[in-house]
Amino acid sequence: MEPRRENRKVQRAKKPGPAVGRLRINGKEQTFALDPRSTVLDVLRERLGLTGTKKGCDHGQCGACTILADGRRVLACMSLAIAYQDAELTTIEGLAVDNQLHPMQAAFVACDALQCGYCTPGQIMSAVALLDEARLRVPSHATPDVANPPTLDELSDDELRERMSGNLCRCAAYPNIIEAIRRVRSGGRP
Amino acid sequence: MKPFAYLAGTSVDGVTQAVGGTPQAMFFAGGTTLVDLMKIDVLTPAVLVDVNRLPLDRITVEDDGLHLGATVRNSELAWHPEVRTRFPALSEAVLAGASTQLRNMATTGGNIMQRTRCPYYRDVHAACNRRSPGSGCDAIDGVNRGHAVLGTSDHCIAVHASDMCVALAIFDAIVRTRRPDGTSRDIPLVDLHLLPDTTPERETVLDVGELITEVIVPPLPWATCSHYLKVRDRASYEFALASAAVALRFDGDVIAEARIGLGGVATKPWRARDAEAELAGQRPSPALFAVAADAALAGAVARRDNGFKIELGKRTVVRALTELVARLG
Repeated sequence: MEPRRENRKVQRAKKPGPAVGRLRINGKEQTFALDPRSTVLDVLRERLGLTGTKKGCDHGQCGACTILADGRRVLACMSLAIAYQDAELTTIEGLAVDNQLHPMQAAFVACDALQCGYCTPGQIMSAVALLDEARLRVPSHATPDVANPPTLDELSDDELRERMSGNLCRCAAYPNIIEAIRRVRSGGRP
Repeated sequence: MKPFAYLAGTSVDGVTQAVGGTPQAMFFAGGTTLVDLMKIDVLTPAVLVDVNRLPLDRITVEDDGLHLGATVRNSELAWHPEVRTRFPALSEAVLAGASTQLRNMATTGGNIMQRTRCPYYRDVHAACNRRSPGSGCDAIDGVNRGHAVLGTSDHCIAVHASDMCVALAIFDAIVRTRRPDGTSRDIPLVDLHLLPDTTPERETVLDVGELITEVIVPPLPWATCSHYLKVRDRASYEFALASAAVALRFDGDVIAEARIGLGGVATKPWRARDAEAELAGQRPSPALFAVAADAALAGAVARRDNGFKIELGKRTVVRALTELVARLG
C-alpha cells in the first residue's frame, strides 16, 4: 500500500500550478511561491528580501552562503528549499537581539575582521556554529588525537583556522577573523 | 536547472519502489553532489525522491559491528565517540573531506555515491564516457594532473574522490541495501564501486531503485591503531592528490597484520592487499615501508600530467605508516 500512495504523490507533484513553500527563518514562518528547483539561498535573497546571506560561488566552494539549520552550519546554495521546510533556519539577520549585535558580530567590528565584507555574514554564521561545536568537544582535521578533542578553551589557532576553512575570504582578512573568534571564545578578553 | 518533481519519502520500501518504478528518478539525501551537478546539467533527474525523513539516521553498536545509518551526516559520523575511539582512521578520513558546512549536510550513503570531480565530467560540452557513454574521454589526452593512476582504462581515468570510503575499505565495511522488491543484500564496500573498464557510466553494482540503508563496520579491536593521511594542494577544504588509510596489528615488535587503502590516485576506493602482505611478519622500518609503498602503487599508469602521483602515493603510504608507528611511542 505504501508505495502506491507515494507514487500518487509523484503524480500530483508533476501537475502544474502554484505551490506554496514554507520556511521558518529567524523564528518566523515565511511563505513564498515554491519551485522545487529553488535553493534556500535564492528564496532568502530573491523571494524574501533577506539579502544578508551572500551568493559567492553557488557551488559549495566558498561558504559565503553559510546559515544555520537546526543550529548546524550548512550551505544555503546547496540546500533545496523544498527539503528544508521542517527546519529552523537562522541567517545573519537573526543574530542580533533588540538591535544589540551578537557578540560575534561585535567582535568582527571591533577586530576589523573584514575588508570588502562580502564573505562576512557567512564567516560570522560559521564562527557562531564553530563555538557551539567546540562546546560539544568534537574533533577536527587539525586535532592530533580524534579520541581526545580539545575543549573550547584549548582550541589552538590551527584548530580555529581548520574549523573556519569552509569560508574563503578573497581579501585575506583571516588573521583578524581568527582574532575575533578568539576574543568571543574567551568571553571578550583579548 | 531542469524542472523536476519532488517526493518526500516516508518509508524505505516506498522510496525504493518510487525510484525503481519512475523513469529518471533519483534518491536525494544531503544534496551536496546532486544539487551541484543539477545546476550544471550534468545530472538531470525528472523526479527527486527525498530519503532524509527515513529512520536511517542512527549510529548503533551491535554484535556484528558499528552500524552507520545511510542518512547519518558526515559530521555526526566523524564526531561520534564510538567512531573516534574504535576506528580513528574513519573519523580522520571524514574530517579530512570538505568543510564542516558540507559535512553537516552530506550523508553516509551519499558520500559513497558521490560523483567524480573530473572537470571533463562536470563540463557538458566535453567528451566524457562516464557522463555520456561513447563520447570519448577528454581527460586522457587533456589536463589530467588530478586524475587516477590506478584502476584506469582507455575509457576513463577519473578519481573516486571520497576520503571516507578509503577508511571504510580497510575496515572491511559492508554496505547494506534494500531493493524495490523488498529484498536486502550486503555488499563489501570494496566490491560496490566498479572499475571504469569499457563501461565507466556504470559506477556501482547497485540496481535501479536500490537504496543504501546502512554501512556496517565489523568489530576490529586493533582498528584503534589506524590513521588516515591526506596530501593535497592546500591544507584544508580540498580533494586529495593522494591519501592513505593504514592500520597495523602488532605481535610484540613485529607487524602481524596490516591494512592499507589509497585515495586520490584510483578510480575507486582502493585496497592495497599486496602492500599489506609485504608488511605481515616484518619489523617496521623505513625500508620495509618503502617496499610496501612500491607494492601499493605497482601497476600504476601515468598520463601526461599525473605521473608525480605515483611517487607521491608511495610517499603518502610511507608517511602514514611512519606517523602511525610514531604514535605508538
